[in-house]
Amino acid sequence: MSENAAVKAGAIPPRFERPGILAFLAYLLVIAFLVLSIEGSQLSVLGFFEGLPYMADLFVRMIPPDLSRIGPILSALLETFQMALVGTALGVLFSLPLAIWASKRLSPHPLVYYAARGLISWFRTVPDLVWALFFVVTVGLGPFAGTLALMVDTMGFCGKFFAEAMEETEEGPQEALTALGARRSGVICAAVIPAAMPSFINTSLFSLEKATRSSVVLGLVGAGGIGIELKVAMDLFEYPTAATIIVCIFILVLLVERLSSHLRQRII
Amino acid sequence: MSIAAVYTTAQDAAASPEAAASPCDIRIADLRKSFGTHQVLKGIGLEIGRGQSVALLGANGSGKSTLLRCCLRLLEPDGGQVRLLDQEMTALGGGALRRLRAQVGFVFQRHNLVPRLSALSNVLHGVQARRGGPQSWFQSLARKEDREEALHCLERVGLADQAGKRADQLSGGQSQRVAIARALMQRPRMVFADEPVASLDPAAGEEVMDLFVGLMRDQGLTVFFTSHHLRHALGYADRLIALRGGCKVLDGAAAEQDMEALKAIYTKVEEPPS
Ligand SMILES: Nc1ncnc2c1ncn2[C@@H]1O[C@H](COP(=O)(O)OP(=O)(O)O)[C@@H](O)[C@H]1O
Ligand SMILES: [Mg+2]
Repeated sequence: MSENAAVKAGAIPPRFERPGILAFLAYLLVIAFLVLSIEGSQLSVLGFFEGLPYMADLFVRMIPPDLSRIGPILSALLETFQMALVGTALGVLFSLPLAIWASKRLSPHPLVYYAARGLISWFRTVPDLVWALFFVVTVGLGPFAGTLALMVDTMGFCGKFFAEAMEETEEGPQEALTALGARRSGVICAAVIPAAMPSFINTSLFSLEKATRSSVVLGLVGAGGIGIELKVAMDLFEYPTAATIIVCIFILVLLVERLSSHLRQRII
Repeated sequence: MSIAAVYTTAQDAAASPEAAASPCDIRIADLRKSFGTHQVLKGIGLEIGRGQSVALLGANGSGKSTLLRCCLRLLEPDGGQVRLLDQEMTALGGGALRRLRAQVGFVFQRHNLVPRLSALSNVLHGVQARRGGPQSWFQSLARKEDREEALHCLERVGLADQAGKRADQLSGGQSQRVAIARALMQRPRMVFADEPVASLDPAAGEEVMDLFVGLMRDQGLTVFFTSHHLRHALGYADRLIALRGGCKVLDGAAAEQDMEALKAIYTKVEEPPS
């Protein structure tokens, strides 16, 4: 209203709209909570500066990296990547039916739709480390627990984005197949999935990158992979060995990211 | 109503004995459809005999597409009956509905091909009218005889050399011809088309209309198409039906229509205040 009036009068609209009283109170609350949170997180400039020499010291003690345990480290690294790969592959595989149930147009029944949506958001909201703890308790220590955790995490990620990709596909080809008497499965496999494929591949590659990074940490709770090596090295003050492990992780993550962006460009 | 409904074709059918014996492919009675409070079809009735070519005319928004979609129950009508090929469309469900749809080819205004698949795969999809499963999804998985039939259908629309090309790399006219080939692959008993050439330039449109109507009539199929081109309607149909304000306002042999009556179809309808 006021903006219209201003335009009619030929005046330049104000640079900033004056917020309403409720919006103003909301801003105030958010700022107050942010200030309180700084207190709560025990943020301390002094602590940071006091820590600096120790950081430098740690860094110096890591050099030169100790390559004597490179064999076991590389095999743990391979195990980490294998966990990520298998977890992502299984996750992508199971995401597909889940995403079909969770997309409005393709879901066989509204109840199935809400159940699938709920499951996906549950998989997403529980952090992967918690899934890892859960599987360590239920299936035992080792890479299998980690793989399952990554699978569930991938299902939460891919389930959501696969469903969105399928909902965004054009309806025309699907209507054409319905009109010629195709089954629902035929419409999904011949029209929806081919149209959503670039998006599926993109999401799956992102998911692999994400799983590679996660798989490094899962070892900390005993779910397999290189994380446990890093924790042991740190606990035993073997900083040069820890440095080797960190560099190895860095190279792995970097390689996976490069590979994934290369594939993305090739395929799409 | 300012336009008198002329019913020559039905009278002809009653008069000539062999025409009377020919069955009725489409029989619609009292078909009604609303979107919210907007009544788009207010009780349409029509009958189309086997082998006829009928154009459905009407201004934009007069409900032509809605009528065609309701016939195949791509949209659920609010009331009335639709009989296609002597089966009550409105009573069917599940597999029986699919089997009846399978016998009706449908060419849309936008070709509605799957963009990332090859022309051949898109034509092959027509086989889903008879058979589902992975062999009907992609040409690479298809049976030998189905691939050959699909290629033959492409040949009939003059695109055999484009079989391997992705659908999103074809021109508008080529895409529409692939859609026609897909309908042929269906081995339909009649065909619907909803403004099949509206998105093409006039020359390409003419070419596609020639091809479409020619191919279908050669097989003696009933053709029911919508158009907002009077020229196309007069050139490719034996009979014209027109919608205006949700009602059928004209129904008669194409040869007997005068321009004045046809132009009146496109005059604005006064909507009663709701
Ligand atoms: N899915 C829909 N939801 C709401 N209104 C619709 C829908 N489809 C069509 N309509 C309305 O119905 C009327 C008839 O549309 P349509 O059958 O597409 O006309 P035509 O094909 O003759 O141009 C239009 O006024 C249009 O706005
Ligand atoms: Mg239309």
